[in-house]
Amino acid sequence: MTVRTLPPLGPNRKLKLPREVERTLPNGLTVIVLRRPAVPLVELRLWVPFGRAHLARGLMMSQTLLSGTETMSSVQLAAELQKVGGGLSCGADSDRLMISGTGLSTGLDRILELLAEVLTGASYPNDEVATERARLIDGIRMAQSQPTHLVRKALLKRMYGKHPYAVQTPEPEQVEAVRPAALRSLHAARVRPAGAILLLVGDVQEAKALDAVERALGDWTGDGAPGELPSTPPLEPGPLLLVDRPDSVQSSVRLALPAVPRTHPDHAALQLANLVFGGYFSSRWVENIREDKGYTYGPHSVIEHSVAGSSLVVAAEVATEVTGPALLETIYELGRLATLPPKEDELEQARQYALGTLQLGISTQAGLAAVASAYAGSGLRLEFLAEHAARLAKATRDDVAAAAASYLAPSRAVTVVLGDAGQVEAPLGVLGPVRTEAAGS
Amino acid sequence: MAAGRSRIPATKHSVERFTLDNGLRVVLAPDRSAPVVGVAVVYDVGIRSEPEGRTGFAHLFEHLMFQGSENLEKLAHFRHVQGAGGTFNGSTHLDYTDYWETLPSNALERALFLEADRMRGPRLTEENLRNQVDVVKEEIRVNVLNRPYGGFPWLRLPPVMFDTFANAHDGYGSFDDLESASIADATDFFDRYYACGNAVLAVGGDLDVAEATALVERHFGDVPARPAPERPSFAEPDLTGERRESYTDKLAPLPAVAAAWRVPDPIGDFAGYLPYVVLAEVLTDGDASRLVERLVLRDRSVTSVGGYLGLMGDPFDVRDPTAMVLQAHLPPGGGVDKVLQTIDEELDRLATDGLAADELARTQARMATHLLRETDAVLGRTLQMAVLEQQRGDPGLLGELPRLVGEVTEEQVRAAAATLRPQRRAAVEVVPGGGAR
Repeated sequence: MTVRTLPPLGPNRKLKLPREVERTLPNGLTVIVLRRPAVPLVELRLWVPFGRAHLARGLMMSQTLLSGTETMSSVQLAAELQKVGGGLSCGADSDRLMISGTGLSTGLDRILELLAEVLTGASYPNDEVATERARLIDGIRMAQSQPTHLVRKALLKRMYGKHPYAVQTPEPEQVEAVRPAALRSLHAARVRPAGAILLLVGDVQEAKALDAVERALGDWTGDGAPGELPSTPPLEPGPLLLVDRPDSVQSSVRLALPAVPRTHPDHAALQLANLVFGGYFSSRWVENIREDKGYTYGPHSVIEHSVAGSSLVVAAEVATEVTGPALLETIYELGRLATLPPKEDELEQARQYALGTLQLGISTQAGLAAVASAYAGSGLRLEFLAEHAARLAKATRDDVAAAAASYLAPSRAVTVVLGDAGQVEAPLGVLGPVRTEAAGS
Repeated sequence: MAAGRSRIPATKHSVERFTLDNGLRVVLAPDRSAPVVGVAVVYDVGIRSEPEGRTGFAHLFEHLMFQGSENLEKLAHFRHVQGAGGTFNGSTHLDYTDYWETLPSNALERALFLEADRMRGPRLTEENLRNQVDVVKEEIRVNVLNRPYGGFPWLRLPPVMFDTFANAHDGYGSFDDLESASIADATDFFDRYYACGNAVLAVGGDLDVAEATALVERHFGDVPARPAPERPSFAEPDLTGERRESYTDKLAPLPAVAAAWRVPDPIGDFAGYLPYVVLAEVLTDGDASRLVERLVLRDRSVTSVGGYLGLMGDPFDVRDPTAMVLQAHLPPGGGVDKVLQTIDEELDRLATDGLAADELARTQARMATHLLRETDAVLGRTLQMAVLEQQRGDPGLLGELPRLVGEVTEEQVRAAAATLRPQRRAAVEVVPGGGAR
């Protein structure tokens, strides 16, 4: 067998960002256009601030915004969009209402017209609202049977206490109570151009696209209620919360740790620390609990950014019988990085990964749209990506060790496990105090 | 401003094909719109080729291909890809298994090295095998056993629809079969199916054809020549009577149903197959589609309905026999009989009365958007081209799809709908066994 050596990498490719063109319309709408003409399509994202919106009504609104206007039914709207290869969808979370769409770039004007039709004329017809209400309730029931949903729900409650982020899915009975009139009022109060950001990415001419938006959406008016969210409270470590799910063949393990927003000076170092710990496949934690021990399939550790705060969430679905050992290894790997600096080669590997995946992430229209709209929602522009890349390139081993010591310390974690309490309560109890609850309580 | 429909745009992908002396087929698809490359290696072996008593083996073996190779220790593959700023994965399908990397383009040679190294031979050790059996079991628990509707319908329809082991068995595998897998099985599987004559390498993105050709030659040129095994026919006769089964999912809160019909050979009769791909969208793409409008919005007899070609949702990368699938989730207490009957009614109406003005054209325009969007990603393009080369010798078909879909006629869609009769249907029903909690 010939011994072959790994070829070296070629010189790093320069990060090349598309030009970002921006205009604020007289009605307060910010419009951002990014050109990537690789395929003849356009991606659209409309980010409307939605903090503190009524949970059940807000979610119902996102499900019925496209259910019809004074002049068009939902079916007509969908058919008109299809004619230009288009489609729109709407979703809501604790921060924003988001209308997303894709279509043939030749159909941009028409898509914008139909978007305007919905923004200024959504009528929330009684029948359609009733249909969507029933569907949403079924959807919530369905979600409540999913372990990943149940553990997320318990984790948010545990992390956020009384903050609006604590509850992000309404109960079926709350949805049941939502009437069309409430949706119309909520729309009037919150679906407003002031503070909203419309992003277009694709095979478009920047100036023409800005003009097209101004033509189509210039008549959308009104001030948005600010809906400002208080900052998220600090995490309060305490006993592990065990949520009982009898007969579960796996346990869903979650640890929440503190984190900082994208613009914070520690952010790049924290991102690198998280990668070394468990944020990608070649991390200590994944190599340990998957590739060495076979406890789990897809463990992941992610920094989550929201308008009111950031957090780091560590997540793994592990076999019931190894729940205790899996948590032990997780705490061990967090503690090891929080107390000892990473090795130089580990850090370089994580750094290359962070920089490379920035390039990969913006190499498609949809990827660019996702990054640019997440940035825009936090008041940033795509140029921030270059700043962030520079910070990733510069972060030292000391910076990363310091970030790990402050943010990855297991003593700061809020821990929630969803699983069969009868089997996992005792092994988890060996590691520290446990408080057990029934699922959904 | 016109409310008219859009012309379906033409797309062009520059594609180079060649075959190395050892039989490895190569596709190069340069596109310099972003400084990234995609590398895909596709082996012509999948779930259908698993031996009896070894369900799930093709997938387990896919995991073993990441556990080190001739010149690489365990974990090295992952570290080299990610340490170059890239991402990787593999996946196992009915008719093929793929391995891929996407990376900044300065790492192209590294990815070729890594793929060539495991094409020469993975390091098959007992320890790695046991470890990956455990990992795969967790994968099955997370995707099937610990969640409602796990494996529905992709693992549940085949045993209803097909009779031969190859087509009907559980592609994720039983725990018993996975646990009895041995190194000898893995060695045999590699020797038989992972021949370079049975593989396609595709490279897409930010590359120069001459340079990439030289790199491919350098790294793959001396992979030992081994011919492709003969591929057996997996053909089965069409159903002659309706088949219907149900099972209780103890975690599921609500009923669901999936129905499937055999469709023409996607390779041998592509012209006959394509109308079904369009039909699935006419029936289920958005609020203006036939079944969403009828079942979801009007009758409220389902909360969602979807339709697609291929049991794994893979219209252009599966061989015969395959199927068109419709699946629906029902509200509490919803009746599956009624839903199936309404679907029959709507298919009948479509076959008899045809499509409304513009209905076909707008569906085709939307399909063009979906197809184009997939090809914007270097990985999407590269993987699809690798499979199209393997199964059809025609990677350029990728760029033709929007146009070909756009050329399907109303008459063809009606004729396709007319074949979806209840007596040719296989259906499987999920009986909810769980409360909401």
